[in-house]
Amino acid sequence: MNKEEFLAELRSGLAGLPRDDIDERVSFYAEIIDDRIEEGLSEAEAVAGLGPVGEIVSQIIADTPFTKLVLEKVSSKRALRAWEIVLLVLGFPLWFPLLVAAGAVLLALYVVVWALIVTIFAVELAFLASVIGEFVAAVVALAKGSVLAAAAALGLALFCAGVSYFLFFGCIKAAKGLLKLTKKAALGMKARFIRNKENDR
Amino acid sequence: MDNQLKRGLLDVCVLAAIRKEDSYGYKIIKDLKPYVELSESTLYTILKRLEAAKMLTVRTAEHDGRLRKYYHITGQGLGRIEEFKTEWKAVISIYQFVVKEDGNE
Repeated sequence: MNKEEFLAELRSGLAGLPRDDIDERVSFYAEIIDDRIEEGLSEAEAVAGLGPVGEIVSQIIADTPFTKLVLEKVSSKRALRAWEIVLLVLGFPLWFPLLVAAGAVLLALYVVVWALIVTIFAVELAFLASVIGEFVAAVVALAKGSVLAAAAALGLALFCAGVSYFLFFGCIKAAKGLLKLTKKAALGMKARFIRNKENDR
Repeated sequence: MDNQLKRGLLDVCVLAAIRKEDSYGYKIIKDLKPYVELSESTLYTILKRLEAAKMLTVRTAEHDGRLRKYYHITGQGLGRIEEFKTEWKAVISIYQFVVKEDGNE
């Protein structure tokens, strides 16, 4: 790949970002490629050393705040036409509730993820509480003189302790996994914005 | 390494690379190479952050018929380096303690 191809691909990959940001990024890479060539590398080597464009683009998008992407998408470069404004005003009772609903759905999804995490930890806590409960029950049963009941309660306490011990690691893993998943989902949404933007042009 | 820690370290590395004289993107990466591998996009993010924090200023100058951006350290940037040096003196003494105690076992 030569310099022009690399920069063109970078530019189209970043199409959803504000124009100034894209220009600055592109000139930053152009300068580095020129400096590498000056150092004695061939153009192809200088470009190859930067790594795959796709990887660079996804890192840049991951580093860009979501709000910036949305704002860029929303703030159109051209002025709205008269009929668009009329439609916007007339359609307000329709699009506004839809927008709110979409926001609510996103929020609900987010809450569900956290609710899952809270639930897992609640189960863990319940097992821990049972350990204490069964242990107390065992002591009480022993005080009352029923050895068999005490042994059963003690056994249950040990069982719960064992389960909660293993469940604890499961909890941590699950919580981490869920957080990673939400991060991935956010990245996917960002990428979607960029792609839509490209289709607009 | 912890991300927050890594970010702080890389910031100071870049400041140190422009401390003696103004430098440019490619040269910063090259100068840091023996110590830390820095990708171009990482460097870009760091430079942006340092500029926003007023630790460096940027000027564009002509070089060989093309434009090149030079980064210049500010008083605040120099202050950050000094701060780093005192902070890490403490860290190093903790490190030496940990290594020593570990060796005694």
